[in-house]
Amino acid sequence: MAVPERDELTGTETTQHEWDGITELDTPLPRWWLWTFYITIIWGIGYTIAYPAWPLVTSATEGVLGYSSRMQLAETIEAHEASRQEITQRVGKADFSEIEADTELDDFAQAGGAAIFRTYCSQCHGAGGAGAPGYPNLRDDDWLWGGAHEDIYLTIRNGIRWAENEETRDSAMPAFGADEILDDAQIAAVADHALSLSGAGEASAEGAEIYAENCAACHGDNGEGVRELGGPKLSDGIWLYGGEREDVIRTITYSRAGAMPSWDTRLTEAEIKQVTHYVHSRAAGE
Amino acid sequence: MANESTSQSLLKRHAKIERNATLLLVLAFVVVTIGGIVEIAPLFYLQNTIEKVAGVRPYSPLELLGRQIYVREGCYVCHSQMIRPMRDEVERYGHYSLAAESMYDRPFQWGSKRTGPDLARVGGRYSDEWHADHMEDPRALVPESVMPAYPWLAETKLDFKYVADHLRANRVLGVPYSDEMVAMAVTDIHAQVDPDHEEAEALLERYPGAQQRNFDGRDKITELDAMIAYMQMLGTLVDFSTYDAQANAR
Repeated sequence: MAVPERDELTGTETTQHEWDGITELDTPLPRWWLWTFYITIIWGIGYTIAYPAWPLVTSATEGVLGYSSRMQLAETIEAHEASRQEITQRVGKADFSEIEADTELDDFAQAGGAAIFRTYCSQCHGAGGAGAPGYPNLRDDDWLWGGAHEDIYLTIRNGIRWAENEETRDSAMPAFGADEILDDAQIAAVADHALSLSGAGEASAEGAEIYAENCAACHGDNGEGVRELGGPKLSDGIWLYGGEREDVIRTITYSRAGAMPSWDTRLTEAEIKQVTHYVHSRAAGE
Repeated sequence: MANESTSQSLLKRHAKIERNATLLLVLAFVVVTIGGIVEIAPLFYLQNTIEKVAGVRPYSPLELLGRQIYVREGCYVCHSQMIRPMRDEVERYGHYSLAAESMYDRPFQWGSKRTGPDLARVGGRYSDEWHADHMEDPRALVPESVMPAYPWLAETKLDFKYVADHLRANRVLGVPYSDEMVAMAVTDIHAQVDPDHEEAEALLERYPGAQQRNFDGRDKITELDAMIAYMQMLGTLVDFSTYDAQANAR
């Protein structure tokens, strides 16, 4: 091995490679850098001891800190639940009039209900609750299944026409056209009569007769609706599927059967109450 | 000094590698191979990465075709199917995803970026009508949505002539489709969109928990039927009321 050469000017060792009289310096790495590098190696080894890391025969080492992402999640949720346990329990036990009367409960239920509404309800009913064609407006005075706290609560909990829930709200309108119960002329006549109930169409004797025979049982003699049967009000000029003549004819011909999921499997009792309270207060429900 | 001479000789040998491209290539390959084996191989035998969970089954033929439309239309570009174990995600989307829930996914639909919401548990969250309306025009329901419309799904008849081949291809990749499932694939599609079909109960035996109905409300079997069938089963197979999180902690 050759004796190391030192560069005269810098005093640094050279690699002894020389090109045209120029020699390459073999400058050592800065000490601070080298030590930082060594420390990261030591840190890395320590890390694999502290946290789950090394694969063994059937499982990996668990790490001396006992870290587990799933357990950490469970702890986070538990701590969060515990922090609001007291008020959640009070909301769970209170009935709606008590929630309304108690400012603290009211604030909590409003804020919690708003968050739940944005997460689960807004996709159909709109961020502001104004709905869309086929998806009811929750801000108006028309309540298909009832606008009292208890009615809204049951609708949210059990859903509408939701097969997985046995207590779900259910009603079915015949497809008068598709099932050939009425012909096109009869449907047009009864559509006009249905529109006339809210002052929007021409009433006719024929339409009134067909209405009385086929529609009045569920929608009421004057279109006032029969909520127990799930028959919507027709006299208020609020049309879930559109109030143009063609829309009404389409509804009578093919029927409509909107569905809403039941939320009992996704939301807790207290959460359903909060969102009920929120929906009720936004629309000044019944 | 002895110490200095050892490091010197190591340096010398290192110089030998640096000057021989082939040797460098071979040794680099060896190093990468070792790293790869250590990181990847254990995932195939460690108990907690191959956990089996009750309820998870292969996709029914209709769901499988829906899934292929999902991939074809690039839904995965904006939607992930992986709920991470974090409070915000669990509160918004539901129980965190288990590895077993995507064990029959070829290819998987996880993701590291979301433009739209995660879909791992979208099943049962909306009505069929909502999905149909939403595919037709997302902004009719969610005004602030940036999702493109997919109106052709409702108009395009589902092509399931070769569905049995899709099942066979998945079987080659390790999905346990039985001979019976392959033979009945076309029938099972008819049976899933029609609860009154004579094979409707047999379908349920083959694919427990499969939902049976006319998903898009149209007479024909359309791509939208397959798509909604797939959407509505996502994340619904595992019954989390009986799932023991404590026993599967990690």
